[in-house]
Amino acid sequence: MTAALSVQGLHVAIGQGTSSANVLRGVNLELEPGEVRGLVGESGAGKSMLGRAVLGLLPANATITAGKISFEGRDLVTISEPERRSLLGRRIALIPQDPMTSLNPVKRVGAQIAILLRHHLALSRRAALERAAGLLAEVAIREPRLVLGLYPHELSGGMRQRVLIAMAFACDPSLVIADEPTTALDVTVQRQVLQLVERLRQRHGAAVLFVTHDLGVVAKICRTMTVLHAGRVLEEGETVDVLARPRHPYTRALLAATPRADRPAEALRPVPPALIDSLWAEAQRLDRLFPMATS
Amino acid sequence: MTDILLRTGSLSFAYPERVGLFRRPVPREVVKRVDLAVPRGSVLGLVGESGSGKTTLGRLLVRLLRPTSGGIQFDGVEISRLNETEMRPLRARIQMIFQDPQSSLNPRLRLGVTLTRPLSAYGRLQGRRDRRDRAAALLDLVGLPVGFVDRYPHELSGGQRQRAGIARALALEPDFIVADEIVSGLDVSTQAHILLLLRELRARLGLTMVFISHDLSVVRVLCDDVAILQHGEVVEYGPVARIFNSPQHPYTQQLLSAIPLPDVEPGWLDDAGPIVTSYSQGSAA
Repeated sequence: MTAALSVQGLHVAIGQGTSSANVLRGVNLELEPGEVRGLVGESGAGKSMLGRAVLGLLPANATITAGKISFEGRDLVTISEPERRSLLGRRIALIPQDPMTSLNPVKRVGAQIAILLRHHLALSRRAALERAAGLLAEVAIREPRLVLGLYPHELSGGMRQRVLIAMAFACDPSLVIADEPTTALDVTVQRQVLQLVERLRQRHGAAVLFVTHDLGVVAKICRTMTVLHAGRVLEEGETVDVLARPRHPYTRALLAATPRADRPAEALRPVPPALIDSLWAEAQRLDRLFPMATS
Repeated sequence: MTDILLRTGSLSFAYPERVGLFRRPVPREVVKRVDLAVPRGSVLGLVGESGSGKTTLGRLLVRLLRPTSGGIQFDGVEISRLNETEMRPLRARIQMIFQDPQSSLNPRLRLGVTLTRPLSAYGRLQGRRDRRDRAAALLDLVGLPVGFVDRYPHELSGGQRQRAGIARALALEPDFIVADEIVSGLDVSTQAHILLLLRELRARLGLTMVFISHDLSVVRVLCDDVAILQHGEVVEYGPVARIFNSPQHPYTQQLLSAIPLPDVEPGWLDDAGPIVTSYSQGSAA
């Protein structure tokens, strides 16, 4: 079986010349079709950067200095811009982090979904709106036709995130990048949104790269997981194994530092600063061995 | 009888809401008849989702807002109707730590100045030397290097900034602190350090605290009691162990069961209850 996504030896650097710094340091990652993989790390780990690299949406000052990103027989690192445009939104979709800023505030919800469907699937206006209503119903929006005529500000955060999920799955993509899609939501809403992502993933048969800092979210929705720190993969495997028997000291430390509602306070152990220091020292040692950023 | 430092009686707050361009604003009640009693030296957790009124309640407790009705007794003094002049001596004893240290620390001042501003405002500084010494002592108290007196906020990490925010709140040696979502923007590794710091400070300085959070797991680490807020009302209130082990109110049960624990649990996504919701916008705080 060919992978839905294969990332090999990916290096990404930010800045130029002597002031540049590596943010991804030789990342390898593979997703099977239909797999949901959690990409876990703290801020600065490079997890969002990896998602952006796959989408070809790296910030302007970031460059891929080495590596390959294979998707459906093409290398997304060297692909032409028109080719990428035809993939994005159709074969590869994004569920963004912030439901508040990711929709166009001056366009009705229906028009925003329709433009996507008309562009990629060449549907007529009427057919696109019809399909948009169906998609909203799929994400459990009770009155889809009514919501099509609303503006984003008329929807709650949870509802906006549902619209974005519907848009992500609209063209039956084979890969969805979910970039912290529930971080801004209340826990009760988060649970519903996670449930919807899982339901749509099953129905549309997409693989999902789920970027998050929350080990709890990973435990509930991801079959496999990759732990990232300082742009390096420290550990990966089946979620059930990694959480029950973490091999890397950093994964163990993260788990011990996560407050749990089902355990008394005494169980909490902060991540030892010495461990973080040694991980960064190791990353910098690698940078000296393979000075990708400055090449 | 336990010694209650802060007590509220039927505390309510409403703000005027515009319902139309030419209509008279109508009062919208966001905190409704809240009764709390915080024993001296204890930590009360205030938990709720967005729009529950937890931040408004916190701002009432430190009298950044004046309640519409109901009372607040601080150390036996009724403070709900006091004006600014009358509040001033009490302000030194009541402090607040804010959610976002990035925006609550003046970017143009060195930490040494920021940390001792409360002291100079109350005339408790004796000259420049004293300022440095006091700032250094405060930095040390929250586990920051003493050399940080000359640093600016932007030179600090998020966790360090939050420590600085805590240090400033402690400058006047308050009896009572309200901390509003102070660990929610932090990484797990940093968050645990801040939580343990607060626990240690509380034991060392005998602080009484109200700890506002949307995250029940965090509350469990630090608090003795917890009050669950929904739509401005306290729906459940009691000792942490009791609430977590046998929640009585359906909303508390729903909140607890929605927390994704870091254990694989097949079926967790299946029984989330009905997921069809209406389209209307929730209330914003």
